Amino acid sequence: MMTAFWLLVGRDLRLKLRHGGDSAMVLAFFVLGVALFPLGVGPETNILIRIGPGVIWVTALLASMLALDQLFRADYEDGNLELLVLGPLPLEAVVGAKALAHWLVAGFPLVVLAPLLALMLGIDAGAYPVLILAMALGTPVLTLIGAIGAALALGARQGGVLIALLVLPLYIPVLIFGVGAVDAAIDGLAVRPHLLILGGLFLFALVIGPWASAAALRQSLT
Amino acid sequence: MHRFANPNRFMRLAGAVLPWSAGLTGLLLVAGLYLSFFVSPADYQQGETVRMMYIHVPSAWMGLLVYGVMAAASATALIWKHPLGDIIAKSAAPIGACFTFLALVTGSLWGKPMWGAWWVWDARLTSMLILFFLYLGHIALNHAFDDPVRGARAAAVLALVGVVNLPIIKFSVDWWNTLHQPSSVLRLDGPAIHPSMLAPLIVMALAFTAYFVSVLIIRIRGELLDRRLRVMQANRARQWQPEAAL
Repeated sequence: MMTAFWLLVGRDLRLKLRHGGDSAMVLAFFVLGVALFPLGVGPETNILIRIGPGVIWVTALLASMLALDQLFRADYEDGNLELLVLGPLPLEAVVGAKALAHWLVAGFPLVVLAPLLALMLGIDAGAYPVLILAMALGTPVLTLIGAIGAALALGARQGGVLIALLVLPLYIPVLIFGVGAVDAAIDGLAVRPHLLILGGLFLFALVIGPWASAAALRQSLT
Repeated sequence: MHRFANPNRFMRLAGAVLPWSAGLTGLLLVAGLYLSFFVSPADYQQGETVRMMYIHVPSAWMGLLVYGVMAAASATALIWKHPLGDIIAKSAAPIGACFTFLALVTGSLWGKPMWGAWWVWDARLTSMLILFFLYLGHIALNHAFDDPVRGARAAAVLALVGVVNLPIIKFSVDWWNTLHQPSSVLRLDGPAIHPSMLAPLIVMALAFTAYFVSVLIIRIRGELLDRRLRVMQANRARQWQPEAAL
């Protein structure tokens, strides 16, 4: 079963990298979105440091939502999804594989870019390890919960906007604790509680995400 | 459980229950409002503005209760394929959204004189706002598909995923440092509120519940009739014969 899992991850990665547009769009939105805030709010460093973690997290959230529509749609439209459902891999593992490929292309680059953007917003370098760790824990949660939204809205009219409406309320805890971790690092307060809760959310999403998405996919294919 | 899956049997039961629940709503509402405004005492600290509680708290309770009903109905629809499950969830969602909205608005109107702010981002208010968005998402998802059955099933999954929000709302005032008042009624140590205020609160909560049952019955009947209409339209379309060519 593990070979099938990795084969699926490899296939999805190859497809996504071939149409490089997805990843580029997510990265471009992330960078541009964050860059807009100093232009809009003014260059005063105090304000930028104060809103910086929030800006980075919210923009990362919105950026990762952009590519969610593509998670299942292409396979749904050309019939591959039905073959995957009938295949040897359990549907939850299929969702997990697709989510992993999606995160590698649309989530991991955000984690890598985040310190650079934090530099642009004037955040002190001491907070970067916490920022990277928090985003490394948080972005997979965004992908996994986003998979639920993508599976639910499969085949709907206005799919992209509908996914956003469904998934944003569920993202809010990740946002709160992710920003809390970075703010704590900047202020020199305890970072562990926030990171522990982010870890808990990650484990929770690791179970609930594939399970709920598989249920939603089954409903959409019957 | 599948006894009332037969639409005709359900319509007869609903028709029998509705006058009673509507009458009960009227009576309880009148009694509750009278108790709230004239009998219950003014608060020693808040004065007369405490009377907002008699609308704000029951609406919030109803927002949570209706979501629980929605989630239970969605579970019966998904697990036992009960045909009424989807209909109950679809009918209950707008009612729950309105109750949650009412709770948010009355809370805001109460918060301005009490806390000095229309809105604060504390745990209880934020999680109630998330509940409101979940309701809206449920309604949007239900209407997002050309095939209504598909929409109902997707909405059922969403309702179950969102159930995790209910304990978060209930315990938010215990788990976080919030401006909102901590639990005063449903606590392990019993209610911390004086009976002269608890009684109108319970009466109003029962009135809102009876109101919910009445409106839910009306909406379910409307939904069943809508489905019957669609079946009739489909049958008529199937029987249509094109005119012979001239």
